[in-house]
Amino acid sequence: MTVAGRYVGQSVRRQEDPRLLTGHGRYVDDIVVPGMLHAAFVRSSVPHGLLRGVDTEAARALPGVAAVLTAAELHPGLHPMWQTMMGQDAPAAPFRPLADADVRYVGDPIALVVVESRYIAEDAAELVVADIEPLPPVLDTSAALGDTASLVHPELGSNLAGELPAAGSPELDAAFASAALVATETFHQHRYACVPMETRGLVAQWDPAGEQLTVWAATQGPHEFRAICGRVLGLPEPRIRVIMGDVGGGFGQKMFPMREEIAVVAATRQLGRPVKWIEDRNENLLGGGHAREEQMTVSVAADDAGHFTGVRVEQLENVGAYPFPGNGSTAMAGSMIFPGPYRIPALSYAARAVYTTTCGRCAYRGPWMMETVAREQMVDLLARRLGMDPLELRRRNVITAEDLPFTTASGMVYETVSPAQTLEQAAELIGYDAFRREQAAERERGRLLGIGLALYIEPSQSFGPLGTDGATVRLEPDGRVALVMGTASHGQSLETTMAQVVAEHLGCDLGDITFVQGDTAYVPYGAGTGGSRSAVVAAGAARQAALALRERIVTLAAAVLEAAPSDLEVASSAVGVRGDPASALPFAKLAGLAYFGHAALPEGAPVALEVTERFKAPPFTFSNACHAATVEVDATTGQVSILRYVVSEDCGVMINPMVVEGQIAGGVLQGIGGVLYEHMVYDGDGNPLTTTFLDYLLPTAAEAPAIEYGHVETASRLPGGAKGMGEGGAIASPPALANAINDALAPLGIHLTRQPMSPAAIVAALTP
Amino acid sequence: MTAPEAGDQVHTATVTLTVNGESRALEVDTRTSLLDLLREHLGLTGSKKGCDHGQCGACTVLIGGRRANACLALAVAHDGAEVTTVEGLADGDALHPLQDAFIRYDAFQCGYCTPGQLCSAAGMLTEGGPSAVTADLTGDPALTPGEIRERMSGNLCRCGAYVNIVRAVTAVSTAGTEP
Repeated sequence: MTVAGRYVGQSVRRQEDPRLLTGHGRYVDDIVVPGMLHAAFVRSSVPHGLLRGVDTEAARALPGVAAVLTAAELHPGLHPMWQTMMGQDAPAAPFRPLADADVRYVGDPIALVVVESRYIAEDAAELVVADIEPLPPVLDTSAALGDTASLVHPELGSNLAGELPAAGSPELDAAFASAALVATETFHQHRYACVPMETRGLVAQWDPAGEQLTVWAATQGPHEFRAICGRVLGLPEPRIRVIMGDVGGGFGQKMFPMREEIAVVAATRQLGRPVKWIEDRNENLLGGGHAREEQMTVSVAADDAGHFTGVRVEQLENVGAYPFPGNGSTAMAGSMIFPGPYRIPALSYAARAVYTTTCGRCAYRGPWMMETVAREQMVDLLARRLGMDPLELRRRNVITAEDLPFTTASGMVYETVSPAQTLEQAAELIGYDAFRREQAAERERGRLLGIGLALYIEPSQSFGPLGTDGATVRLEPDGRVALVMGTASHGQSLETTMAQVVAEHLGCDLGDITFVQGDTAYVPYGAGTGGSRSAVVAAGAARQAALALRERIVTLAAAVLEAAPSDLEVASSAVGVRGDPASALPFAKLAGLAYFGHAALPEGAPVALEVTERFKAPPFTFSNACHAATVEVDATTGQVSILRYVVSEDCGVMINPMVVEGQIAGGVLQGIGGVLYEHMVYDGDGNPLTTTFLDYLLPTAAEAPAIEYGHVETASRLPGGAKGMGEGGAIASPPALANAINDALAPLGIHLTRQPMSPAAIVAALTP
Repeated sequence: MTAPEAGDQVHTATVTLTVNGESRALEVDTRTSLLDLLREHLGLTGSKKGCDHGQCGACTVLIGGRRANACLALAVAHDGAEVTTVEGLADGDALHPLQDAFIRYDAFQCGYCTPGQLCSAAGMLTEGGPSAVTADLTGDPALTPGEIRERMSGNLCRCGAYVNIVRAVTAVSTAGTEP
C-alpha cells in the first residue's frame, strides 16, 4: 500500500492555477461562435395557472429577433427525456422544456426568444405577453398529499411524487415495546440551494449538413449531457459532441441538463444557427434548482444506558414542480445511509416526496443529507432527555474498530471506517472537557456558549452507471504524457489530483502530464462528478491505466537495454537498471524509438504506448468524519458567532491533503450558510422572495471561520486506499452547528428543531 | 421604463479607455456596461459576470486604481479612464504578488470568482481609510485579518476558500510588496 509517495499524499500545488489566476480560464460564457444568437426566456410570474395564450407578435417585430418559440413551436418532434442514473422507467415529473397548457411555478419557462444580441433578447422577452388564468398554488406538502383537486401535474392524478413504504420488523416492534425511553421529534430543514458563482449556460451549434450537434456547456457530466440531448432529439450519441471547459462550480446543480438547456438545444437544431444561453442570477435563484426542503420525524428507542435499540424514520420531501433528476426524492439513499456511524439494531424508514408549485429540487452536495441532519440532532435531543452529555451518548453507540466488519440495519457493510477515532480526535482537538468547564463558568456570567458534535458516514456512490470510469494514458512522441479522462473538474482540482495519481504510478514527473478533460469527442465515457466518486472511480481508472502503460514502457525498455523487466526501475520519466543510473533511458528516448525508430527494436517490443482502462468500483466506499463546533449566541440579537470549528476526517489515503482540506472547508461553509444565512423563501401565495444576492445571503469572508483539521487515514480496500469526501463537509456541518446552538440555548429550556437558525428565528424562540 | 418597440433607435457612443496600459477606442450601445465592453467588445473575458447586479464582486476591476463592479459601470460614463483587469495584473510572465500568494495559500477552487477577488484585493491594499469594523475612524488602520475579511466581503466565493483568500492577502499585505 502506497501511503505517502512522491506525489500521492503530497499537497502538490494545483496545475490549473496559473490559467485561472490570470484570467485565461475558459468558461462557457467565454465561448464565442461565429453567427451565434442569444437566448432569453420568458417565464411565468404566477405560481400556478392555465396558460390561455402567448402573444409573441410585438417581440417578433423587434429588429434582430430571429425567433420566439413557445411550446407549440418547440416541442413537436422532441422525444422523452430521462436520466441514465434514474433509468427510463423511474418516476419523474412530466417532461416538457417549455410550459404548455399551464404554468407550475414562478419562473416556469413559457417562451424562448432567440436574438442577435442578449441586450435585444432581454428587450424582446419583455414584449412577450402570457395570458395566465391563476389557479390556487400547491405549497404545503402535507396538505398537497391528500389534495386531488389542486394538482401540480394534473396528468399524474396525485401530488405524490414518490413513496418509500416503511419496512417494519418484529425486532423493531420489540425494541420499541421494551425500550426504557422512546424519544420522538420532527426536524425541519428549509429550502436552500447550490448557487455556483457561474450560473448555468451553454452554446449549442447544429450542423445541418453533417447532422451533428456541438454543445459547449457548464456541466458536471458532459457524457450525461450528451445522452440526454441524444434521447430528446433522437440523435445517435456519436453525432453529438459536448465540450465542458472550465466550470465555475456546480455542487450538484450541473449534474444534469434541465429544461432550459434542453430547450436551447432543441432551438438550435430547429433554427440551424448557434445559440448561446447564459442564465442570469435572478433566473438561477428563481429556477435553477433548489434543494434541502424536507422534514424528518425520528423516533429512537433506547435502553436505560442510552444504547439505541431501534429507530423509526419518516421523511416528507418537497420536490417542487420539475425536480432533477427523476422525481427528486433522496429517500432511497437516505434510507441506506441513515444508521451512519452508530450501532442501530433495527430500523424502518418511510418517505414521501411531494410535488408543489415551486422550483424543482436538484441535486446539492450530499442530496440525501437529511439523514445525518436529523439523526445527529436527535442524538443531542435524546442525550438531553437522558441527562447525559451528547459526547458520552455517542461514545456508547458509535461503531468502534472492534465492531468491524459491521453490517448496518440497512445492509451497508463497513470494513474500513473509523467513526470512534474521529469522534475522539475531534473532541480532543476542540478541547471538549475544557470547553464544558469554560461554558459552565461563562453561563454564570450570562454568556450563552454551546458545543455541538456531528458524526457521519459518507458514501462514495459507485453503483449502476456511476460504477465505472475511464482513463487513457498516452506517452506522446516527445516523451510527455497525455492523461485523457472521462471525469472532469468543475472546481475540485481533478486536473491536479488525477495527474498526481498517474505520476505516482507511471513514474513520470508531474510536470510532464497534460490533463485532457470534458470533451466527449476525445475522452472515455465518464459518469461525471457527483456522489463523491472521483477519488474512488476516476482515480482508480487513472491508476490502472498508468500501471498498464508503465508495464509496456518497462517491457520496451527491457528489450532495448537487454535486461530483465524485473531489474528495471522507473523514476522521473526514465527507465533504467536498478542501481545503474547511467543506464536510464528517458521516456522521450523510448517514445522516439516506439514511434519513429521501431525498425531497430527487437521483435515483440511494444510500440503501442497508449492504454485505456475502465475501473469498476464496488457500489459503496465509505469515508467518515466528526465535526465539532463551538458557538456563542447573543440572547439580545439572536446572532450566532462561531468560536471554533474542528473537522476530524478519514477519507483513507489522501491524494492531496491541501485539496482535501479545501473540499472540507467549502462544504462546511455551505452548511453554515444553510443554517445561519441562506433561505429560499416563498410567500404564502407561492411567490419567491429571495431572487437576488441582497435577499439570498451567501456567507462572505466576514462569516467564514478558520477550520481546524484532524486526519485519520484508514485505507479503503481499493487499490490506492482512497475514499471519496467531496460532500461530507456540507452534510455534517448543519447538525453540528444546530447542536452547538441548542447546547448554548439549553439553560433557557429551548431546543430548536427548525432551520434556518437565523437571528430572527432565535429571537422569536427567546421571546415568551 | 417603457418597453422598447420596433423602430426604436439604438443609441451609440464612442468610448476611449486605457485598458491594461493599452489605449482602446470603440463605438458601443450606450447601455453597454463596462463588463460587457471588456468581455464582448475587447475579448477580455477574465472579468466574470456572477450576478450583473453588483452583488457578488466577480466582475471587479480597477478603474483609475480603485476597485469597481464593472457590471454596474456604464462604459460611456468612464470615457478616458484607466482600467486594469485580471489580465493586466501580472508583469509579463511574472505573476502579481497576489496571484502568487493565491497559489501558495490555495485561495480558490473553481476560479470563477478569482479574477474579481484579485482585483478587489489589489485595490483594497491601497485604499486606506476606516471600514465597518475599524475602531478608530480617524486614520488608516493596520490591515489585520479582521479588516481584510471585512474589506473583501463584497467578493463572494461559493467554493468557500475565504480563509485562504484572507491568508493570501494578509501575506502580501505584510510583505509590503504592494506599492
